[in-house]
Amino acid sequence: MTDATIPAATGATGSLLEPDARTRRRNAAEARFRLYGLIAVGIGLFFLAALMISIFMNGAGAFQQTAYTLPIEFRQDVLDKNGTGDIETIKSVKTFAYKPLIREAILREIYRLDIETPLAGAKVKGFSSDLDNLFSDGAPATLRDMVLSDPGLIGQTVTVKLIASSRVDGYLKGRVSRESIARDKNLDAVHLDLVDELRAAGVVAKGFNLAFITGPDASDARPEQAGMGVAMLGSFFMMLVVLLLSLPIGVAASIYLEEFAPKNRITDLIEVNISNLAAVPSIVFGILGLAVFIQVMHLPQSAPLVGGLVLTLMTLPTIIISTRASLKSVPPSIRDAALGVGASKMQAVFHHVLPLAMPGILTGTIIGLAQALGETAPLLLIGMVGYIASNYPDGVASGFLDPNSAMPAQIFEWAKRADPAFYERAWGGIIILLVFLMTMNIIAILLRRRFERRW
Amino acid sequence: MPLFWLVLIVLGLAVAGYVAGRGRALRLAGGDSRVLHSLPSYYGAHVALLTLVPAFAILCLWVLIQPLVIENRISAKLPETAIAESSTRALVMSDVRRVAEGLDVAVAAGAMTADEAAHMRSELTDVRNRLGAVGVALGSDVGPEVLRAAQAYRALAARGHLAMTLVVLTAALGGAGLGIARSRADFRARNVVETAVRYLLIFAATVAILTTIGIVLSLVFNTIEFFKLYPARDFFFGTTWAPSFGGGSELGILPLLWGTFYISLIALAVAVPIGLFAAVYLSEYASGHTRAIAKPLIEVLAGIPTIVYGLFALLTVGPLLIRVFGADGVGIMQAGTAVMTAGLVMGIMLIPFVSSLSDDIINAVPQSMRDGSLGLGATRSETVKQVVLPAALPGIVGAILLAASRAIGETMIVVLGAGAAARLSMNPFDAMTTVTAKIVSQLTGDADFASPEALVAFALGMTLFVITLGLNVFALYIVRKYREQYE
Repeated sequence: MTDATIPAATGATGSLLEPDARTRRRNAAEARFRLYGLIAVGIGLFFLAALMISIFMNGAGAFQQTAYTLPIEFRQDVLDKNGTGDIETIKSVKTFAYKPLIREAILREIYRLDIETPLAGAKVKGFSSDLDNLFSDGAPATLRDMVLSDPGLIGQTVTVKLIASSRVDGYLKGRVSRESIARDKNLDAVHLDLVDELRAAGVVAKGFNLAFITGPDASDARPEQAGMGVAMLGSFFMMLVVLLLSLPIGVAASIYLEEFAPKNRITDLIEVNISNLAAVPSIVFGILGLAVFIQVMHLPQSAPLVGGLVLTLMTLPTIIISTRASLKSVPPSIRDAALGVGASKMQAVFHHVLPLAMPGILTGTIIGLAQALGETAPLLLIGMVGYIASNYPDGVASGFLDPNSAMPAQIFEWAKRADPAFYERAWGGIIILLVFLMTMNIIAILLRRRFERRW
Repeated sequence: MPLFWLVLIVLGLAVAGYVAGRGRALRLAGGDSRVLHSLPSYYGAHVALLTLVPAFAILCLWVLIQPLVIENRISAKLPETAIAESSTRALVMSDVRRVAEGLDVAVAAGAMTADEAAHMRSELTDVRNRLGAVGVALGSDVGPEVLRAAQAYRALAARGHLAMTLVVLTAALGGAGLGIARSRADFRARNVVETAVRYLLIFAATVAILTTIGIVLSLVFNTIEFFKLYPARDFFFGTTWAPSFGGGSELGILPLLWGTFYISLIALAVAVPIGLFAAVYLSEYASGHTRAIAKPLIEVLAGIPTIVYGLFALLTVGPLLIRVFGADGVGIMQAGTAVMTAGLVMGIMLIPFVSSLSDDIINAVPQSMRDGSLGLGATRSETVKQVVLPAALPGIVGAILLAASRAIGETMIVVLGAGAAARLSMNPFDAMTTVTAKIVSQLTGDADFASPEALVAFALGMTLFVITLGLNVFALYIVRKYREQYE
């Protein structure tokens, strides 16, 4: 600001180009600070990477399943003693009677391939033998279902894919090793030797596990048969309830608060209330659901309807907040123009403001739904955990009202079970859940990109 | 008539009313819509609203209230003798409900005639077996009182249902008739419809208030119930948590609160420095390009469901910590589930929460303040430390408090990662448990809701609600006050 030149420094302080000790210290502090920031960002990204890697490393196995390809002879003397083909007689043959058929088939393979194994001569005690442990407990049921749906199979030899037990499955995926089964009473090293030989001969192999994605959950003893399909339907019906209730209610509430509400104490109360509700722990909503929907109203426990209602209450604040933001972003000139040509306030809002705010509202709704889809804690309290989702709902009404699980609840259920084979399923379930969440978020982002208008 | 059909019929009536109302108004105007006060569609909407709203309001109220009324009536009729020792009226009533539902199922499946179900005597028929045959499993044999109560329950429910159908249909038809009669050319249909819509909007806005009231009531009533059975002093100051469903439980909240705060503390110790430094770096140093990539990536962490973090704690972080601090390593950690495991993972979850909130707040600090500081010769870090952060401090404190409230209310990570033992210990590698985890474990068992062991969950929920609400209100107050400062 002044033309006066700085008087020449007296004394020998050195060149201006050479920073003194204090400057150097300050610059070093600057560099350090910057580095801390960079490290913090790095740690954040590292955690994200660690989480993702851990999910995909552990969960990828769930999408593969080990199965045997065996020619099964459906022996008439076992399945239909009288040879009448009467369906009732065939039905009277219990599942465990199918076990010998599998045993014979695997023995035939062992002899055909000329494999040396002590198991071939193992004693058969009643209906079970050592060889049975190679197969899933569900394998005989698979055969029985085949026969019941087509009794003509009796007497024929058909090549069937039968799933392996979870231990054998784990061995092929590297989860189970010879050391880890040392104390296992179901499977010995002998079994694994046999599996090695069978694998070399192509009798047993890993394949894509469609049943994991579409199938029902299975009981504790059969991790190899557990699937997400039914829980996915449960989540679907819950999301339907959430969408049908929270979108209209949320939009209506936001329109009132943003466009019509007078500035008074009640409006203030509602606003404070909504921002607080958004931060209430989700488990508290579970308590609300339990007390109001189940204790007082006697709605059915574990039903997707109840889960949907609870999640609706939880999602409403999110939807209201984002809807209000997008209503606010529509410029007042639009309202003024509508009012100017004679529209009523209501017409201005519903005919002009709301359609322009719609992309933002939909984006917020999808994000709210994604949040609700991943929420677990409230579902624990209304009984959607601990329930084995083994039956598909038979119709829309039963989809809403019959007990079911939901994707995150199913994952939690698997994480609680003792068998490590279920952990793989839990990780796999997370992959499916994340795929859904990612799709929803990508749709939301695309919607925003495509339709968002800057005024 | 099933509810579904009733709803459809009312909807059909509304559509018919719309057409009729609109048609009548137009006809009375001689087909010239300019003569009408409002657009023709408003006359239709007016009739449709009159048909739908009262009918649905009655329907909803009836569906909610009918079970309560029936319950009370039957419960009052149930003789004292029907309630066995060691049982309660509520338990017997749930039996009654189950038998009544079973009879419904049996009739629907055709295993019983409606007449048979209404007059069956438990002295003559084995009700349990007959219901079992249609897939309704009952826990015990059905006593004569219970069966009679169940039959009365069904009779009342059927009568109530019939009455409801009639009343709802009358309301719908009456509304439609009234609306059509009022549809004349000079009728101010638009004003009426807009007022009605406005009230509907107000009703939607009050749902949020109703939710809060519902939360508070359901917590308060059950908590009072709990304190009737268990002294409040022992609950708030007890240092032992040992529920046993046989009775004689000790339900002190202190160990749970300690676990909650310890885990939250570790979580904040992880999340606050990382989140804050990341926010400072991203808003003050990073180039636009880096920011555009790193910020959304960090925020991905916020979109991951907590069950995923729970599993990550249980199966990845826990075993990792055990390898370092477990028996083979330092030897101070017994099991993978511990305060440290849950705290660390919860910290990861909170990083984006802290960083994006702080980012907003740091960005709200006016650029002129930075320019002033830089112009005086301060380095960037000095500007951040001595100007930006002090100016943003209240907001950052608010953000940290919000994060703390998140940590305290978090459930899945602690249920899976923190263990189940309630203890007061300083060792962060011990298993401890939290308020939320115990709410889950006390309410997911098969205990009946009348026992103190189940009711304690509501008292825990109340405590949790009060703590988090206090933190939120305080934090929002700070954040809001701060925002106004620079606007």
